[in-house]
Amino acid sequence: MTKKPVQFKLNGADKAVFVDDGQNLLDVLRRGIGDLSPKYGCGQGTCGACTVLVDGEPHLSCLVLAETMEGRQISTTGGLARDGGLDPLQDAFMDGFAAQCGFCTPGMLMAAKALLDRNPNPSRDDVIEAISGNICRCTGYEPIINAILDAAQRGSGQRTA
Amino acid sequence: MSVSVKTFDTAAEAAQVLSNDRAARFMGGGTWIMRAVNEGNQSFSSVLLARDPVLRQVQVQGDRVVIGAGVTMAQILGHGELAFLHRAAKSVGGPAIRNMATVGGNLFAWHPYGDLATALLALDATVTLASGNQQQALADLLRDREREPRPVVLSVTLTRPQQGAFRFRKVSRVKPKGISLLTIAANLPQASERISGARIAYGSMADTPVRVPAVEQALEGKTLDEAGIAQAVAAATNGIEPPTDAIASSWYRKEVAPVHLKRLLLEAAS
Repeated sequence: MTKKPVQFKLNGADKAVFVDDGQNLLDVLRRGIGDLSPKYGCGQGTCGACTVLVDGEPHLSCLVLAETMEGRQISTTGGLARDGGLDPLQDAFMDGFAAQCGFCTPGMLMAAKALLDRNPNPSRDDVIEAISGNICRCTGYEPIINAILDAAQRGSGQRTA
Repeated sequence: MSVSVKTFDTAAEAAQVLSNDRAARFMGGGTWIMRAVNEGNQSFSSVLLARDPVLRQVQVQGDRVVIGAGVTMAQILGHGELAFLHRAAKSVGGPAIRNMATVGGNLFAWHPYGDLATALLALDATVTLASGNQQQALADLLRDREREPRPVVLSVTLTRPQQGAFRFRKVSRVKPKGISLLTIAANLPQASERISGARIAYGSMADTPVRVPAVEQALEGKTLDEAGIAQAVAAATNGIEPPTDAIASSWYRKEVAPVHLKRLLLEAAS
């Protein structure tokens, strides 16, 4: 099997890795680099647990061919906390009990981050649409939606440069 | 996973390789092919990519619209000239899928997917194949898409519909996002308030999106009101044998199709 060199930025840091033919980005992040924040849920693009941002836009890392990431900027939940503190989104999720088992949470956070970066003052419908590709089997979604709206109030969207 | 990945500068080069290799698959956004790779699908052993900029272009000249096969649903949603396709593009997956899924990939999506393809079918779209820039009606591509050699689609060409003539409805059990149990696209151009040249397409009602000639004929020359569409609604499932799947039975699809067709047609009248 061929190994191919790929360089990209992960949460602002340069990464250079060798990836296998056909290897998906999620696998490279988790096994190759050790960023365990994106989760492997379905491997089919159905659950959204593996959502990461590629150049600021949400992508399902299980369906991204890793070798196509040359020169891209990838953001994961592992890079949300900064300056010794959590992102307002993470705070809002904690305060609003928006996680139960927590498996969907990294994907929810990144889907929400993409929304708030683009639209710092979303409506409830905007939030529902933004997380419509992310499945949660615990919370019934309401605490998650409320937490994202709360994070918007806390200025999560304005925090990203 | 033992697949090899080959990247080409042009779609034509990829098409050439694909035509000689039954174990190869051309990949657009990856939402189908990577799923198969992850599942360990053994029916193919190599994945072909193309960097061809033509794949990612949208060209609008007057009413003629050419959409590259590598254009994503998100790009359609970001393009003001493609507003008539926004409802169809937005019906595909969530935001992350829409950032990845391409127009070309949707033409090859298996049942019950292919919502954008259903819209394009009702718009009488033609496809340009990467091999020799050959033109083909979308209906023909959908019919023959599993045949060898597999084609690589370069772009989709269509004529912008009359203002207000195009309607799209996806029926799902889950809101806001669910897999289609029925998708209907209707292009209903009118002359002197009479329908002329109606195009109706269903998604999820056959193995691929299909036109519904019985409904189209029943609409010809009619007005878009309850009396005018009665015959078309009665013919809603003539010649259609929907599949049964985990989403809905064939019987259920046939039962609800006239209801949703009527709603769509009357929505067009409002």
